[in-house]
Amino acid sequence: MGHNWDFSSVFASRALLLQGLENTLILGATCLALGLFFGLFVGAARFSGRAWLYFPATVFVEVFRNTPVLVQIMWFFFAFPIIVPFQVDAFTAAAIGLTLNTVAFSSEIYRAGLQSLARGQWEAGRALGMSYWQQMFRVILPQAARRMLPAFMNRAVELFKMTSLASVVAYGELMHQAKVVSTISFNPIEMYTSVALIFFAVLFPMTVFARRFETRGDPRGRS
Amino acid sequence: MSGGRGADGAGEALRIEDLRKSFGDLEVLGGVSLSVRRGEVVVVIGASGSGKSTMLRCVNFMEIPTSGKIFLGGALVGRERGGGIEYREKELTRLRARVGMVFQHFNLFPHMTVLQNVMEGPKTVLGCDGEECRRRGNLYLDRVGLAWKAESYPSQLSGGQQQRVAIARALAMEPEIMLFDEATSALDPELVGEVLETMKALAEDGMTMIIVTHELGFAYTVADRVLFLSGGRVLEEGTPSEVLTFPREEGTRNFLRGHGTFRLPEPRLD
Amino acid sequence: MGYEWDFAVVFRDFDLLLLGLVNTLKVTGLALLFGVPLGLALSLARLYGNFAARLFVGLVIEFLRTTPPIAQLFWFFFALPILIGVEIDPFRASVLTFSLQSSAFFAEVFRAGIQSVEAGQWEASRAIGMDRNETLRRVILPQGVKRMIPAFLERAIELMKTTTLVSAISYADLLYQANSVAQSTYRTIEVFSVAAGMYFVVIFACSLGVRRLERRMARSGETVMN
Repeated sequence: MGHNWDFSSVFASRALLLQGLENTLILGATCLALGLFFGLFVGAARFSGRAWLYFPATVFVEVFRNTPVLVQIMWFFFAFPIIVPFQVDAFTAAAIGLTLNTVAFSSEIYRAGLQSLARGQWEAGRALGMSYWQQMFRVILPQAARRMLPAFMNRAVELFKMTSLASVVAYGELMHQAKVVSTISFNPIEMYTSVALIFFAVLFPMTVFARRFETRGDPRGRS
Repeated sequence: MSGGRGADGAGEALRIEDLRKSFGDLEVLGGVSLSVRRGEVVVVIGASGSGKSTMLRCVNFMEIPTSGKIFLGGALVGRERGGGIEYREKELTRLRARVGMVFQHFNLFPHMTVLQNVMEGPKTVLGCDGEECRRRGNLYLDRVGLAWKAESYPSQLSGGQQQRVAIARALAMEPEIMLFDEATSALDPELVGEVLETMKALAEDGMTMIIVTHELGFAYTVADRVLFLSGGRVLEEGTPSEVLTFPREEGTRNFLRGHGTFRLPEPRLD
Repeated sequence: MGYEWDFAVVFRDFDLLLLGLVNTLKVTGLALLFGVPLGLALSLARLYGNFAARLFVGLVIEFLRTTPPIAQLFWFFFALPILIGVEIDPFRASVLTFSLQSSAFFAEVFRAGIQSVEAGQWEASRAIGMDRNETLRRVILPQGVKRMIPAFLERAIELMKTTTLVSAISYADLLYQANSVAQSTYRTIEVFSVAAGMYFVVIFACSLGVRRLERRMARSGETVMN
């Protein structure tokens, strides 16, 4: 293994890589925010007993949980534009795919969190004259949030890992930038090693944090 | 199996010298010495936290003593080095095969049948062949009266039956000494009797035994000697009647007073 | 939406898609074949190795778990061959990457399974004179592995989904085949939808099986999740 490791070429292209990291973070954050937001409604729909809510929500969740996310991104990049009257760029396609994927997975976290609370909490809210969504936001979610937090953080880590797939449709996130730069400066070893290290540096603290939360559980000892 | 009970001079099965054990800053055993003859039954009593379980667990090195010496069959366990004793895990593993232990929570192997549980030690540790293992397994299952349950799984047995299988599992190693760590404490009251009966039969067969128990009536009838442990030390030691009926120490008396369940001959606690 | 659907084209090339599916299953199967035993070895090293081994193996596992699989795949396909001076074809790079990657996840499943076995089982085994290896082999793993099965299968399903990445280094898996059929027939939407449907059928069937198994085992209180 006589390879001469030389990271200077990686350092020289730091502007491009930083741009890529920024795009990675933008894509990840967008999908995370949208995914968690819409996930709540899909989760609540699956939690509710009403068939017209439960059935479509369940189909949606199963489809997106049981197909590869790369296929979802490719579908939105190559197929989706044909049936909609507007252009779909790489970012949009990746964002739609990853968001819907996150909606599907996070809805399951919401559902499990909602199921973990005793019936009595809903009834107490109802007895006070609260509406369904008032009960949800004022009584149930604040209590369930703590239990759901580690699962959401794990999901966020998964999501940020998945953003690298946007490189396949040539969105200029970190992985794509690395690919482009490495073909120009002929340094795939250093480049891909660096990219892996950057992802690790960003995501590992998140996993450690999530795990700490998991093992410690509810600090007020109710978990 | 060890020799008959009458062989009083037959020698020493176990000797403990100044055994100490600390967990961090907490001293659990503060210098316990004890000698057990072959065929002798020693019952250890004491409040929870008095160190009796720890003492037992040190004897087969489930816990490594902080200091002190343990002689099994006349030979020192471990080797002396620089004022302390050095233990090698390999040696301790072989030693544990010579000391049987029965736990409060049975700890049967749930994925094996009753017979497989009993055969496991001879097969894996002693390396005896299939036929011999089976023979031994059946022999000791029969000994505890459960040969008819050989093909059942532990989860299909009552607690008392499970504990008797655990006894058979320990016996199948044909140990020099048997340790019982509160073997009946986890059992429903109506299941205690069958386990005590099994233990009593073993004692009558001449097995060397150290028994940690709260069953004082059992201690009274089965023990050759009773040890009362308090604060990690032997506070009082003697025949069952000396310790249980005529305790000399205030600590022993207090303990016995708290034990209203002791029936058999009523203790005289002036 | 005035789009005219035409699935006939897709079904003319369906054998190409099926071939892709076979290749997907091939990579997944081989990665499992190597990844599971390697995962067991890693978990044992992480649990019982000396300090250096625990640290090193722990780091490797965390690294493989927290970096994107595509970064790993590109590293093994584009970087490693230069480093060792040996050509690595897409198939080998894929199997290598996913064996290693899944072994890290399996290591954690094994670890959870091993740690879920009660301390009393260790004690009882030690008390009859078994050493650590005997205890692991005869008592702990047989019990742990049974509880781990659902977590294992879930991981295997995840693995199958992740192998779609191999299309990015031109290994002819289902996604890659779909892409090339789409390009040659100009029936992108039909082809990708059919391919997605094929993935769904296989993966959903597996998921349903796992969920059933999970429910059955949860009733007898025997599962561990990781």
